Amino acid sequence: MSAAPTIDPGTHEPPDYLQVQSSAEFDELRRAHRSFAFPLTLGFILWYLVYVLLSSYAGGFMATKVAGRVNVAFVLGLGQFVTTFLIAWWYSRHAAARLDPKAEAIKSRLEADKPRLEADA
Amino acid sequence: MMPPQQSYALQLAAGGAGEHRALIITLFAVFVAATLGITVWAGRQTKGAEDFYAGGRQFSGFQNGLAISGDYMSAASFLGIAGAIALFGYDGFLYSIGFLVAWLVALLLVAEPLRNSGRFTMGDVLAYRMRQRPVRTAAGTSTIVVSIFYLLAQMAGAGALVTLLLGITSEAGKILVVVLVGIVMILYVTIGGMKGTTWVQMVKAVLLIAGTLLITFLVALKFHFNLSGLLGAAAENSGKGAAFLQPGLKYGATATSKIDFISLGLALVLGTAGLPHILIRFYTVPTAKAARTSVNWAIGIIGVFYLMTIALGFGAAALLKPEAITAANKAGNTAAPQLAEVIGGGAGSTGGAVLLAVISAVAFATILAVVAGLTLASSSSFAHDIYVNVLRKGQATEKEEVGAARWATVGIGAVAIVLGVFARGLNVAGLVALAFAVAASANLPTLLYSLFWKRFTTRGALWSIYGGLASSVLLVLFSPVVSGKETSMFPGADFDFFPLENPGLISIPLGFLLGWLGSLLSKEEPDAKKYAELEVRSLTGTGAH
Repeated sequence: MSAAPTIDPGTHEPPDYLQVQSSAEFDELRRAHRSFAFPLTLGFILWYLVYVLLSSYAGGFMATKVAGRVNVAFVLGLGQFVTTFLIAWWYSRHAAARLDPKAEAIKSRLEADKPRLEADA
Repeated sequence: MMPPQQSYALQLAAGGAGEHRALIITLFAVFVAATLGITVWAGRQTKGAEDFYAGGRQFSGFQNGLAISGDYMSAASFLGIAGAIALFGYDGFLYSIGFLVAWLVALLLVAEPLRNSGRFTMGDVLAYRMRQRPVRTAAGTSTIVVSIFYLLAQMAGAGALVTLLLGITSEAGKILVVVLVGIVMILYVTIGGMKGTTWVQMVKAVLLIAGTLLITFLVALKFHFNLSGLLGAAAENSGKGAAFLQPGLKYGATATSKIDFISLGLALVLGTAGLPHILIRFYTVPTAKAARTSVNWAIGIIGVFYLMTIALGFGAAALLKPEAITAANKAGNTAAPQLAEVIGGGAGSTGGAVLLAVISAVAFATILAVVAGLTLASSSSFAHDIYVNVLRKGQATEKEEVGAARWATVGIGAVAIVLGVFARGLNVAGLVALAFAVAASANLPTLLYSLFWKRFTTRGALWSIYGGLASSVLLVLFSPVVSGKETSMFPGADFDFFPLENPGLISIPLGFLLGWLGSLLSKEEPDAKKYAELEVRSLTGTGAH
């Protein structure tokens, strides 16, 4: 009932995960995920905090009129919605192009070696 | 005499809205009957642990995205945000932005690796490469604490809502409503498991979106699809002028309230990806790719919903007198149903009565779907993490495990009913924000370290979970949320040493710091082999359940 893969130890050895982890192929996958997701996460959290700080401490700037009764505060607030939608779309495109094929390749190789794992999935 | 648009809310509070009440109750009874029918149908297909905890992992990305939205959009966001905008203008809108941006943390860092490496609970991932028993105990504890706080807020909210919408003011009536909500929620979860709960959440999400769309469309029609016109009318009618359209009316009062808002913002944006009832939803889809699709749908649906709360909130501000809103409820929680009545033709008109009843029934449906998700999360964690893996050391049959989960549902449901009854007179609005703060302080650091940091150890995990949990709960206990102010839970008492209402600013960095420090000060080496296994599985989906 633990989260570990339930491989039957009698008939199949578990994959050597240490070896997979240190392979160049996996290193590329990890880098493709981290170099995209980590800076982007930092970026949107900072952009959100800037917005929160402006709301708290830059009332005059936020009140500047842009069009009719719509002011900078609304433009930036709606901007948070737009950037959230865009980042979600951008990440999904990146994942489909750069992460999924690499992950799929490693997975199918490991599971082809270990039929029991696939049956368990 | 009051103008007609004001009269109904006051009539409601006085309990004199007979016909409307009958319509609301009928619509709500139809919802409960239909969802219980779905639950029984889902229950017939619920056999093993995978069905009960994860709905058989057969839902599509779109279905799960809809269910996530139904799980996430609580009555607090529907009624609370619309009311806050109606009373405080722009500042009411600030809340929803944090709630939405938070989903990116789940999308980029948590959803896919969690789906790939866990089975049923958050504890599966946290305990993966650690010593099982202590870490699962910690994960189970924090899951149950977060869910109970959240649950308590919803249960007490149900009692308050019924007073507002049905005009039931007697204490016995409120207790009855809390008990009924609790019983329906226990039925959903024990009979239908995750499959039933997921369908209830999907139905509720569709109803909520449809109801909100309708009101938004009618408001837009009234203001000729002119945002500037709507904002202008809201600013003038609110009596606050241009200040109504700028930040500051709610959070800008003092230096402390400004810092409090930063603390709240941090908790909102980092809390979502640590909420157990959200995390277990990722196990209901077959693959990590489907988990990604479901977060994308959730971001779209929740984003559009929050955009519509602008129309609801500013529409209410433009079309209702501020005194009419506060007379019905000080926090503005009935602004949305009141707006529905006015936009449908006003008090006494058939259109107004129907729209009011529809929106009120949707609000009840919202509460039921959210409490079911919370109960399922906490009973799953109790059964899977604590009963099976700690008490029984992993030696329970699947039948015993599902049985334990069902009994845990009854137990947690009973606790929620009792707490809900006792909390019905207290101001528990701060509890949802507290649940986010605890999730961000105790759960998120451990999740991220577990997935991405090689050197993380059991001690780091325990320090982070218990440190984040204890610091956030203690800080709230000694904050103005609990005592010292008129709006506190116990306004008579006075032990508010900590000035902020939200502990996130202190407790979230502390949770991260303790996880790092505990790992550095561990005597045991991190388990490199287990981490290799977790990392490979979480990124590739190898051997995923």
